[in-house]
Amino acid sequence: MSFWPYFGLKRGIKTTSWPSAKEQSPGITPGRPRSASNASSNATTQLCPTGALHPVETGVSVDLTHCIHCQRCRQGPHALPWEDDVAWTVNAGTALSPLGYRFRRSLHVRYIDAGACGACINEARLLDAPVYNLHRLGIFITASPRDADVLLVAGPITNAMCTAVRKAYSAMPHPKRVVGMGVCAINGGIFGENFACVGGLQKIVPVDLWIPGCPPPPLAILHGLLAVVGRTQCTTAEELP
Amino acid sequence: MSTCTQIQDWLGVQTGISSQAVAAQWLQLQIQASRLPELTAALVRDWQAEFATLLVEEEESAVDACLAVYYFFYLPRNGCLLEIQIRVQPGEELPAISETVHAADWHEREAEDLFGLRFTGHPFLGDFVLHDDNWPEGVAPMRHSFDGLHHPKVQKDSDTEWSPPQILREEGAIVFPVGPVWGDFHESGLWMLETPGEQIRYLHTRLFYKYRGVEKIAEGQTLDRALLLVERFSGAAAFAHAWAYCQAVERIGGCKVPARAQDLRLIFAELERIRHHAANIAEISGSTALAVAKAMAQDIVEDLLRLSARLCGHRYFFGVLTPGGLHHDLDPWRQNLLAETLPSLDARLHELEHLLKNSSSFLDRIEEMGTLSPELAQSYGVVGPIARASGRAIDLRLTLPYGAYATLAPTVPIAQEGDGYARLRIFFSEIHISAELILKTLHQISAGPVHTPCPTFEGRALAWVEAPSGATFHWVHCDAAGMVLRLRLGTPGFRNWHAFERAVENAAFQDFPIILATWGLSVAENDR
Repeated sequence: MSFWPYFGLKRGIKTTSWPSAKEQSPGITPGRPRSASNASSNATTQLCPTGALHPVETGVSVDLTHCIHCQRCRQGPHALPWEDDVAWTVNAGTALSPLGYRFRRSLHVRYIDAGACGACINEARLLDAPVYNLHRLGIFITASPRDADVLLVAGPITNAMCTAVRKAYSAMPHPKRVVGMGVCAINGGIFGENFACVGGLQKIVPVDLWIPGCPPPPLAILHGLLAVVGRTQCTTAEELP
Repeated sequence: MSTCTQIQDWLGVQTGISSQAVAAQWLQLQIQASRLPELTAALVRDWQAEFATLLVEEEESAVDACLAVYYFFYLPRNGCLLEIQIRVQPGEELPAISETVHAADWHEREAEDLFGLRFTGHPFLGDFVLHDDNWPEGVAPMRHSFDGLHHPKVQKDSDTEWSPPQILREEGAIVFPVGPVWGDFHESGLWMLETPGEQIRYLHTRLFYKYRGVEKIAEGQTLDRALLLVERFSGAAAFAHAWAYCQAVERIGGCKVPARAQDLRLIFAELERIRHHAANIAEISGSTALAVAKAMAQDIVEDLLRLSARLCGHRYFFGVLTPGGLHHDLDPWRQNLLAETLPSLDARLHELEHLLKNSSSFLDRIEEMGTLSPELAQSYGVVGPIARASGRAIDLRLTLPYGAYATLAPTVPIAQEGDGYARLRIFFSEIHISAELILKTLHQISAGPVHTPCPTFEGRALAWVEAPSGATFHWVHCDAAGMVLRLRLGTPGFRNWHAFERAVENAAFQDFPIILATWGLSVAENDR
C-alpha cells in the first residue's frame, strides 16, 4: 500500500490554472452556438428543435437556457458560429447579492439529483478530479443540507423528488443560495413540464443562478459556484447579435 | 435460418401453439394466455432462453381499449428471437410468469403500475414506478386516455400513506434509510437496510424517484425529437441507447446503413463503453477511500471525455447519431487523433489495474463482497458486466450481432466468483478488449458516405444494443408521418437493479457504498 503516495506524487500537478488564466485545452466543453448577424435567420432558427434560436431584426439570437447542444446548428449552410467558452452562468432573478467575503474561500455545496440523466452527475463528480480540483477554490461538497450554503440541483425536478428538494432547502441555514444546473433544471429541458416532471426548479424553491448546458462541463459548474460568491460575473441568458 | 428450425420443430409438436417466422431468426408465437406460464417456463428451462423485455401497447385511443402484450425472449446459443403476442380484453388479467421467469418480475410490476394491467399470482403489485404517497390509486399514466401534461391530484388520506416494509422482528432491529438525497454525488433512490445492528439482513430498494415519464412524453413527438429524448434519459450510455433507437427506426424504414457509418458507430459505442467502465472504476476506488487511484481513474475519464468532444463535438456523444447513419463523418485528422491517443489511455488503465491488483488492503474490501452467485444471476437474468462477472457468457454483440459486430466480434471476458473483485476485473478486461476493437476497426475502416436517407413508414420494430451496462431492447412504433405512437425503453439498469438487493444481504453495514460502486448501476437508466 505504501506505493500509492509515491505514484500520486510522481504524477505531478495536473490542475488547471483557470480562473486566473484562460483554459483552452480542446474538449473541455462541448461549446455553444453564438448569435450571428449574417445568418439567414429563418432557415437557421428552424434547425433548432428546442426553440433556443430566435429570428431578430439583426440576425439570430441564442437563448442559452434552451440550448441542449444537439449540434443541429453546428454545420451546414445555415450554421451558427460555435464558441468553446465556459462562462455560461446567468441570473435567475431573485436579485440577491452574492454571498459576502466570509464565503469567498469557504463555500459548502449540497448537490441534489432531481431526475438528472447521468451526464450532469458525471460532470459534477469530476469537480474534485485533479484537473479541476474545486477545493483549491475554497469550495467543498457537504453531505448534509444543514451544513450547506448552496443547493446545487440537477434534473427536470421530478414530482417524486419535490419533497426532498423542499426539505433540503428549508434545512439549510441562512444566508443560502440555490443554483440550478443543466437546462433540465431551468425549464425541464427536453423532458419539459409533464405529469412526472415539474419542469423548473424555480417552481418549488427560489433560485438565484442558473448554469445552462446539457450537461454543463466542470468548468462551467465551477464558474457558477464562483458566481455565488461574486468571484465571476454572470452572462445574459439571451444573446443578441 | 437453420438456427430457428430446431425450436420451430419443437413448437410444431406442441398443441395450441402456432409459430411463424417474420424475419430471419425471428419467430412470432401465438398462444392462449392461460398457457403462457407453461410455455415461458419450458423456454427458459429446456431452451435456456433469455428474457429480453415485456412491452404493452394500447390498441385504440378509446377508453377501455384492448392491450397488446408482447413478451420477447431470445436463445443465446443460436441467436433466435421469439416474440409472444397476447391480446388482453378490458378487465381481463394475465397469469404472472415471474414465478418461473424471475427476470420478468419487475416488468410485470411496471406494467401493472403504468397500464393498470393485473397479473394473477404476482405477490408484489403496487408502489413501484408510481409511489403511493405521490400518485392516486388506479390512475394508469400510459393509457391513451391519461393526459400526459398534468400530474393528477393526490387525495391526502390514509390510503396514500406509505411506510417502509420491515421483515425483521428481532429486538433492536431497525430499517436504516439511505437516500433519496445522500452522499456527495449520488443518484436519487431510497435504499432501506434492515439490520439488527452490524449486518444487513435485507435490502428493500425503492427507485423511480427520477421517473420522468420518458415513454409517455415521447408519444406524439416526431422521430427526431424522440431521438433527443432517448439520448438524454441516460446520459452515461447516451450513444448506446440512441443507437438501439436508430436501429429500430431504420428497421421500420427498411434503411440500409452505409458500411462506414456502421464502423464509426462501433467505434463510438466502444469508446463510450471504455469511459463508462473507467468512471465505474473511479467510483470503486473512491468508495474504498483510495484517493490516488480515484484521481488516476478520473484523469482518464476526463481525457476520454475530451477525446469524445474533439472527435464528434460533444463529451457524451449527444447529437451524433441519426436514423440512416451519423450526422458527421470522422475526418482523417480525427481518425489519426483517436489512433494516437487511445493506446496511451489504455496503457494508463493497464497501469492502474496493475496497481489496484497489488493493493492488498483494497482487495480485502472488494473480494467476496456483494456476491451474486451464478445461480442467482441466472434466475434474475442479470445482463452486462454484472452477468459476466457471475459466470454468464451473454453478450448481444455475439448472440444477436448487429451493425459491424457481425464481422468484428469482440471476445467476452468471464469470471465465476460474482464478487466485487470479479466485477472490477471484468470492467478492466472489457476496456482493453474495446480499445483493441476500436483500433482494429479504425485500421480497416470502410470508405464511403456516413448517411443514407431513412424513409418513414407506419410500423413497429424492436432493436437491440449491448450497452455498457448490458442488453438493451428498444421498441418503436410510429405512423406514416413519422410520429411516435409508442416508445419502449428496455434498459439493462432495470434488469440489474432487481438483483442488486440479493448481493447486499449479509454484508456489513459500512460495505453498502462499496457494493453499490462495484455494481456501477445507473438509476437514471432504470427510472426512465
